[in-house]
Amino acid sequence: MAALINVPSKARRGEVIEIRTLTSHIMETGFRHTADGALVPRDIITSFTCRYNGTEIFRADLFPAIAANPYLSFFTVAKESGKFEFEWTGDNGYSSTASASITVE
Amino acid sequence: MTTRPVTRRNAVLGLTAAAAMLARPSILHAQSTGRIVVVGGSFGGAACARALKRAQADLQIILIEPNAVFTSCPFSNEVIAGLREIEAQQFGYDKLAAEGVTVIGEAVTAIDPQRRSVMTTDGVALPYDRLVLSPGIDFHFEALPGYDEVASEKMPHAWKAGAQTLLLRRQLEAMDDGGTVAIAIPANPSRCPPAPYERASLIAHYLKAKKPRSKVLVLDAKDSFSQQRLFEKAWKELYGDMIERIALSQGGRVTSVDASTRTIVTEFGNYTPDVANVIPPQRAGRIAEIAGAADATGWCPIDPVSFESKLAPNIHVIGDACLGGGIPKSAAAASAQGKACAAAIVNLLAGRAPETPRLSGVCYNTVAPGYGFSLAGNYQPKGDIFAEVEGGATSPVDAPRELRVREAAEAERWFQTITADTFG
Repeated sequence: MAALINVPSKARRGEVIEIRTLTSHIMETGFRHTADGALVPRDIITSFTCRYNGTEIFRADLFPAIAANPYLSFFTVAKESGKFEFEWTGDNGYSSTASASITVE
Repeated sequence: MTTRPVTRRNAVLGLTAAAAMLARPSILHAQSTGRIVVVGGSFGGAACARALKRAQADLQIILIEPNAVFTSCPFSNEVIAGLREIEAQQFGYDKLAAEGVTVIGEAVTAIDPQRRSVMTTDGVALPYDRLVLSPGIDFHFEALPGYDEVASEKMPHAWKAGAQTLLLRRQLEAMDDGGTVAIAIPANPSRCPPAPYERASLIAHYLKAKKPRSKVLVLDAKDSFSQQRLFEKAWKELYGDMIERIALSQGGRVTSVDASTRTIVTEFGNYTPDVANVIPPQRAGRIAEIAGAADATGWCPIDPVSFESKLAPNIHVIGDACLGGGIPKSAAAASAQGKACAAAIVNLLAGRAPETPRLSGVCYNTVAPGYGFSLAGNYQPKGDIFAEVEGGATSPVDAPRELRVREAAEAERWFQTITADTFG
């Protein structure tokens, strides 16, 4: 399981819709030590972006204090039918994408 | 004396306790013995009433409980799975009455902490010196849109034993082979944290024998849970892929339900199982709110040494309803709290400081007949809550089957002991 996305499949034009995303990631803070004293290197998602038919509508920067498996929910206005694209990027070249379609009537 | 470190907070509490003790002798002179009213005749309340009477025979102990028969939640998962009859879960109050506890079969309608009196449904006001509340849990319906008493007739919670237990059992019996049974599990704090997983196990046991093409879907608002490795090992061993669990981080948190279509809505999807066991979020029983003993969390803050409410004077709260910290909301814990609270009250009435209690609780899980494991813990006051202290133990994850057989038998004996101790 990479990411869970909840976008309404249908909406009326102009309607405010909620978008929910959850992606699996350990969000290792970089502050912890192993039993033998070695630092566990930081491994977090640093950025999340949502594009609606190519236009960026939401962006978030993530930091070590955010728990594992980041859950983000936000709102937008349903303007036209099309596609939402989601992208998570982070440490060690991490990158993950997902998408969801909406029909606006 | 207690051995708690003196913080600014409990130094102030100490002062109020001293003031209460100064006021005490006049009441004792007026009445010569104390009168304690206990509300709620479950594992906590009944144990407390009995312990009070046994500790000091001249105390007048009144137990208010609207139900003539108590139905035990521990082992009720076995009733759901058809392994046990509900009558084996039921106990009366005759023995308590025979020991001198006055049992009143009414519900409490109002509590006046200033005048120290309890009003019951028959309109009688009962004065008390100390009041003990063992209100158990109520459901926090506002936290789960679409779910209420009416919805629970279609999507049973079976989280208070009795008619709901039997309803869930009938729904399982009526389901066709190949069906899906969903169990919605709330976040903590909730009554008996491992019990939903025991329930999933025993329902799988029933389905494996009677409807082997069916499955159990666990929709969970938690990522990890009590004795998880023991449960997951047992599930694989006994039931293969029959139990599927969707954890919080996989989208398992239930956000609303629709009883008319038997739909369970999670943050990321909808499910329409054939049988829907919806365990809603919980809070302290209604009596706690009537007494003004519950805070914004819905639970009751207490002084863990005496179980006195932090919000209502001369009222003690025991069992699932209190903000206990590390101590689980279990029958064993409620019983231990009931007895410790009784001891504290006897000391307080005599003008002595209550002793710091050390509580022990054990929790058995039976995942199939002859397959059990357990978690035993010891708890002591730490600040405003209970913290786990040394001496606890959980069954080993890798153990011969013989140990599981033995622990299943121990679970049975534990039930016989605690029910005899409380009601027998």
